[in-house]
Amino acid sequence: MAAPAAPGRAPRSLPPVPSSSRTSFTEFSIRERMREKLKAAKSKAETALLQDCPSPRPRRLKSLRQRDSETGWDKEVRNTVSMCSVCYTFNKEMNILKLISSLKVQADFPSAEEAYNFFTFNFDPESENIKDEIKNKTKNDSNQEEEEEQESIVSHQQEQTEDEMNEEDYLVNDKEDLFIIDQMAHDFLVVKPADYESYSERIQKERKILFIPSILTVPTSQKVPENMQPRYLEDEGLYIGERPTVSLSHQNILENRILRQEWFGDDGKLLALPNPIKQSSMRPPIFSLEEDIEPELETLYRKAIKPMHANQYIVGSGDPHGHFQLDIDISGLIFTHHPCFSREHVLTAKLAQLYDQYLARRQRNLSKLLTDKLHALRNAIQNSLDISGTNLPNPVAPQSVTEYKFEIRQTRRLRDAEQEKDRVLLKTIIKVWKEMKSLRDFQKFTNTPMKLYLRKEEIDQRSDKKIYEAEIQAEINELLEEYMEEYEKKMEEYKTELQEWKSWKKAQVCVSNITYKIALLPYSYKIPRRVKIFCTKYLLVQFLFIRAEVLRREDVKKRSIFLKVLFNTKEVSRTVARQISSDFRVHFGQIFNLQIFNWPESLELQIYETMGHSSTNLLAEMFIPVPETTVLTGRAITEEIEFSSNQRVMLDHEGVGSGVPFSFEADGSNTITLMTSGKVSYSVSWAVGENGVPLVPLVSQQNTGIPSPLKNIDAIASIGTSGLTDMKKLAKWAAETKLDPNDPKNADLMHLIMVATSGDACVPGFFRLEQLQQKFNFVSDEEFNRSKRFRLLQLRNREVAEFRYYKQVPLYEREINEKLFANYEKRLHEKDTIDSQDHLDAHRALVAKYLQKVRESVINRFLIAKHHFLLSDLVNEEEVPSLGILGLSLFKLAEPKRPLKPRRKERKKVTAQNLSDGDIKLLVNIVRAYDIPIRKPVLSKLQQPSKSSRSFNEMFAASPSAQSPTHSIDWAFNQVLVHPFVEVSFQRTVCRTTTAEGPNPNWNEELELPFRAPNGDYSTASLQSVKDEVFINIFDEVLYDVLEDDRERGSGIHTRVERHWLGCVRIPFSTIYFQTRIDGTFKIDIPPVLLGYSKEKNLGIERGYDSVRSLSEGSYITLFITIEPQLIPGDPVREKFDTQEDEKLLQAADKYQAECSLKFPNRQCLTTVVDINGKTVFITRYIKPLNPPQELLSSHPNNSQATAELVARYVALIPFLPDSVSFAGICDLWSTSDQFLDLLAGDEEEHAVLLCNYFLAMGKKAWLIIGNAIPEGPTTYVLTWEQNQYVIWNPSSGRYYGQFDTFCPLQSVGCLISSNNIWFNIQRYDSPVRINFDISKPKLWKSFFSQRLPYPGLSSVQPEELIYQCTDKAAALELQGRIEKILKEKIMEWRPRHLTRWNRYCTSTLRHFLPLLEQIQGKAVEDDHQAELQKQLGDYRVSGFPIHMPFSEVRPLIEAVHSTGVHTIDVSNAEFALAVYIHAYPKNVLSVWIYIASLVRNR
Amino acid sequence: MAAAAAGPTVFLLMVNGQIESAQFPEYDELYCKYCFVYGHDWAPTAGLEEGISQITSKNRDAQQTLVWNFPIDITFKSTNPYGWPQIVLSVYGPDIFGNDVVRGYGAVHVPFTPGSHRRTIPMFVPESTSKLQKLTSWLMGRRPEFTDPKVVAQGEGREVTTVRSQGFVTISFNVVTKDMKKLGYDVSSTDMQNPSIVSLTDGIQKY
Repeated sequence: MAAPAAPGRAPRSLPPVPSSSRTSFTEFSIRERMREKLKAAKSKAETALLQDCPSPRPRRLKSLRQRDSETGWDKEVRNTVSMCSVCYTFNKEMNILKLISSLKVQADFPSAEEAYNFFTFNFDPESENIKDEIKNKTKNDSNQEEEEEQESIVSHQQEQTEDEMNEEDYLVNDKEDLFIIDQMAHDFLVVKPADYESYSERIQKERKILFIPSILTVPTSQKVPENMQPRYLEDEGLYIGERPTVSLSHQNILENRILRQEWFGDDGKLLALPNPIKQSSMRPPIFSLEEDIEPELETLYRKAIKPMHANQYIVGSGDPHGHFQLDIDISGLIFTHHPCFSREHVLTAKLAQLYDQYLARRQRNLSKLLTDKLHALRNAIQNSLDISGTNLPNPVAPQSVTEYKFEIRQTRRLRDAEQEKDRVLLKTIIKVWKEMKSLRDFQKFTNTPMKLYLRKEEIDQRSDKKIYEAEIQAEINELLEEYMEEYEKKMEEYKTELQEWKSWKKAQVCVSNITYKIALLPYSYKIPRRVKIFCTKYLLVQFLFIRAEVLRREDVKKRSIFLKVLFNTKEVSRTVARQISSDFRVHFGQIFNLQIFNWPESLELQIYETMGHSSTNLLAEMFIPVPETTVLTGRAITEEIEFSSNQRVMLDHEGVGSGVPFSFEADGSNTITLMTSGKVSYSVSWAVGENGVPLVPLVSQQNTGIPSPLKNIDAIASIGTSGLTDMKKLAKWAAETKLDPNDPKNADLMHLIMVATSGDACVPGFFRLEQLQQKFNFVSDEEFNRSKRFRLLQLRNREVAEFRYYKQVPLYEREINEKLFANYEKRLHEKDTIDSQDHLDAHRALVAKYLQKVRESVINRFLIAKHHFLLSDLVNEEEVPSLGILGLSLFKLAEPKRPLKPRRKERKKVTAQNLSDGDIKLLVNIVRAYDIPIRKPVLSKLQQPSKSSRSFNEMFAASPSAQSPTHSIDWAFNQVLVHPFVEVSFQRTVCRTTTAEGPNPNWNEELELPFRAPNGDYSTASLQSVKDEVFINIFDEVLYDVLEDDRERGSGIHTRVERHWLGCVRIPFSTIYFQTRIDGTFKIDIPPVLLGYSKEKNLGIERGYDSVRSLSEGSYITLFITIEPQLIPGDPVREKFDTQEDEKLLQAADKYQAECSLKFPNRQCLTTVVDINGKTVFITRYIKPLNPPQELLSSHPNNSQATAELVARYVALIPFLPDSVSFAGICDLWSTSDQFLDLLAGDEEEHAVLLCNYFLAMGKKAWLIIGNAIPEGPTTYVLTWEQNQYVIWNPSSGRYYGQFDTFCPLQSVGCLISSNNIWFNIQRYDSPVRINFDISKPKLWKSFFSQRLPYPGLSSVQPEELIYQCTDKAAALELQGRIEKILKEKIMEWRPRHLTRWNRYCTSTLRHFLPLLEQIQGKAVEDDHQAELQKQLGDYRVSGFPIHMPFSEVRPLIEAVHSTGVHTIDVSNAEFALAVYIHAYPKNVLSVWIYIASLVRNR
Repeated sequence: MAAAAAGPTVFLLMVNGQIESAQFPEYDELYCKYCFVYGHDWAPTAGLEEGISQITSKNRDAQQTLVWNFPIDITFKSTNPYGWPQIVLSVYGPDIFGNDVVRGYGAVHVPFTPGSHRRTIPMFVPESTSKLQKLTSWLMGRRPEFTDPKVVAQGEGREVTTVRSQGFVTISFNVVTKDMKKLGYDVSSTDMQNPSIVSLTDGIQKY
């Protein structure tokens, strides 16, 4: 039976299979006990049931029906088994059916066991729901009679299953366990063979149930009603729309399917609507924007208007207080005209109207008022006349008198008119009343209770007469006066005219005029009669009515009136229908309480009239105003609203109808036409809640866009214009009307009130554009500024250099270190203040500041440009290969797989962005060096005299063999001339090679130095601006014997290693970065004086044959430097700079450049450059002869060569600052020479331009060379033509080379630039050694300006003349002292573990020596100098050298000193000497000499 | 100790799940790379930021899905929801000449709400700029590719590219967050209050 329960369920709910193995003994015994208990309970319950049976049954049955209508059988069952109701919900399940049937066949009362079985059997509820149902059913249905036993069971079961049950499952488990039985299960099982129906049977059965429509066409006769022919409407001429196309078979199926239903039309076809598809497209055609749109189809854009709709909720649905109540009290309705009015009624209405008018007039009593005024005015005139008569002439009086008189005239006229009106009204009333009386007489009955009483009042005739006479007299006097006045005026006029015309007739006319007017007066005066009218109820006497009148009255009785109340055009309620009474008054007296949720847009009353039972017609509709918020129930006054209807009603009885002309006269003349009209009295007010709170919605809820009666809440309407000036009143009003202060509509008003009430009367003279902006702000501005976190986030977002790559901004304020902003703030601060610590020189500080500003503006431009992407930035796409490349790639296929000479493969380049600290390394391969200076033997004091006379010729004498054998110890260490090694220092990381031997060492060692980017920022821009330099220092390793005692020599060697700086090569990191590799031989920067070393000596001995090398001076080192991994240098900005150049010229330049780069893609060609303002300038504009400082020219008046050298030196002394550093590699800015001299910083091109200009001014032939050099890469040199040879000048070092100099750093020449042309190198080679510099040969040099494009004569951007100020010598001296101090401090700082002693004596000697060095520009003077030193210092061993640098900042000086490693000497008794000399050249160009020496006292 | 007492200073986002399958109707034998792109304030604390899946071939049935079932498991810590991690997917496969070409790029934010999520990402590839280039790139097997797949996670500069959409990739994420609410970031909406209950009933209905 029971299907297996859900597998997820506990096993205890499984159907109890009758197997004793599963039933434990305890369970069994429990069951036994339970059964006993059940039996007892059952018998008891059954007896109870039998007694109670009749009463509970109907109720149960009812509940049953409600729940399940299908259980028809359960009634029966219940008769036999009362408890069966427990489980009737399972009636759908077969097993229960079986159970029931098995129960049914048994006796009337089930045995206790059966009952138990039934009750406790697990019917395997399929889901939780059913289970719950059972539970509920059991609870509900098995009521009183079962309660006891169930409880017992429950308690029992609880005991059993307590442990395994949790609380949630409590009841459910009870239920389940309740149904457990096991032994009896098979009693309910009925084994039956599986049902099978034969196919044909099934078909037959299906046929009964299923209907398969055939696809054959249905004969028309079947589709049309019987005995009818198909009717074709189309044939009858009726229009039938086109039927939609449906395939015939479908149609047939459909027809067959619905044949039984009446779905066919008269023509026997299916009913179908006409094809809904319209012939013409309704969709507006789409026009493309380019086409001209016809004017009528043009789209007009209008501002969106909120549609007017009714569902404007006053409050949100969630608001519990959101009910507001409007009370509408409709008290009644009076018709002033109705179609059923009889003639009498018409007159009555008229009379009533007139009476109303009369009453109103009486109330106002205008004539009395005016009369009083008149009297007052007269008295006033009298008084003023009296005063003027008695007292001094009052200048005011005549004027006021005339005014009074005018006033009197006006008043009198008004009074007369009013009195006239009164009399006319009276007369009309009387006339109407008379008509009415005659009508009543005529028709012999009265319809209306109206009656007019005229009451005569006794008046004192005489006194009245007196008053009137006096009045008339006064008036006549006034008039006379008036006319006399006029007369006089006229007479005046007349007289003036008379003098011209002399006519006597005129005067006569005037006089007669006056008399006529006076004669008229008495007529207009009539004494008014006092009339009082009373309308009273008139007792209607039923006379004999004529038939028409009877009909009319019956008609009136049939009619009834009701009113509908419409709220927001929706009917909300209506009054009861009331009959029209005979006096055409309808009383309703109903109050409607409207609980509203919508904002009241409109309130409307509609008057309906019903005739008998049928027709209801709308008489009129009236819109009544929504009351103001202050109008509350109880205080509202009843108002009357008039209505009228233009319906035309004609009646066949006495009623006059409406809109129909009728007449009171017998002959039908004098017709009048009246329309149905009347008045409704009502009152509308806002209800008051229980606690006195008015149920009024807030005004702010009102929609601004929709006109509604409440819209009129504005200050002027409610308190009047005067209120606006009274601020207190205004404020009070604002408070009363609950004006929403946040409503922007009220903003100005509220502001006004606020200002007024706070006493601060100033109105701001501004208005805010975005007044609501504040609300949208994330936090208030103060908070935003205060928060360090927000600030950090903001700065990072702005890509401020310090914070651009800041990671993990902390969440809490407290976690942000105060110091974080220190650097940034310092930088900001520095912008304004001149930092004297780094620059030591006011001018340079200013320049640095200026440069900083330029840099910032350029960087900002760059940052913007960086966000402009090109496709190539985002997408890697192969170029379309040209045929050549295709052919080449085909050729490649034939190449040998492993060629004997493998081609060099480029390393893969890495984009800098995903790098971090330690990823980048600098590889320096030190290959070899040439001509390293060699040691001179340490000289004793005794040898001094011979040394002093050392001259250039002595070089052969100074050979090693010349060493005296007497100094055997020295000899032992000095047998090798020099022990050089190379130390590379970069970012304070130091690496050194092994020590080699001899002046031409060969190391071939690779050194690896880590690279750290500033701020951990590895972006291209940041890497470009790294200012660090790589120092390649060459040292000599010297061993000194430190043995104190000669006796110990046999047992051990005690030597001390010292290193002596020989020279260095400095390569900026930016150069390496841009070049990606630097490979070449560099001249070692060897100080002019190296104490204890000499260079020339070995030339003759070892390298004498090497003629090429011996030609050049100095030492050289071959290096290979690269970065690992290879970084991609940043692209230049693709920004198109604005320009003032001619467009044609620019185009030509572009073309020229394109042609050149096509032929020689590796050769640089420059035509236009960017100046410091960011504008494109043609390059030749920079070349112009400019005067060098006079001081330099005059120093060597005879020697032009020396002058040129000096000038070159001057230029080289201007500090070198690559643009890539200052402008983050964005672009190469060319500053003009004066800017360059002002800035005192620039890179190769500025130096070259200045040098070239100087040379031009000195009368030389000079050009700029654009080419490649080592180590700089693309650079600018200067070429001069001197004494039949070309000389190449390196502008940034001041050195010069012949064209065929091997050691010339210039590697290739791209183009030459003069002041009026550009020549591009189109020779086969570009190495300066192999090319011809003769620019006159067009086959070798392609010129920009030629015959085709003549030189247009471009003006120069350079100034006319350079002005040089003499540098302040005192300032230079001061700077000198400061630098010396700083350097001394630094050296002490670098030697933290040693005492640093300064040898003052030596220092002063050195200081004296330095100016000499400057004078001779570092030419070798060492021997004399050394001799002098030796003489003065006696037994000290001195090692030291002067360093020469252009001055820019202190930091490079410190670095240079540090790199020499002088401070590293750790001899305990070492002393130091340091001297600084600054030579000032014009224009603040400073040449710095630092002489540093270490002294060790000889034993 | 002091920091612990003061409460958390970072929140954690743990994402696991898998790159389940893809639908590329025209292509077969594809593999997939993923990487995460996140803001400055985010740092992965555990798990792999990048991965590359096996090559998978199409199912033979009608569905034609490519199944990778490639697991993702990564934990981030962060102080700021700005720069919420995105997973960037790029799918590669051989063209008819056997060259490895890109078949689709796509990116999606890791869901914020804890619980399990499924995302179907539409994929796209950059288009050649001209017909000729299309032909040559097809011939040479060098289709246009993004310089960095991470550009699909950023909006800047995308206006210069032309892309064609191609295929879908389905990813499932299981997201667990820690301390987000404590730090004031309430990501769970009201109907997501008890995601565990929802998933429980889901599970029952499945069986």
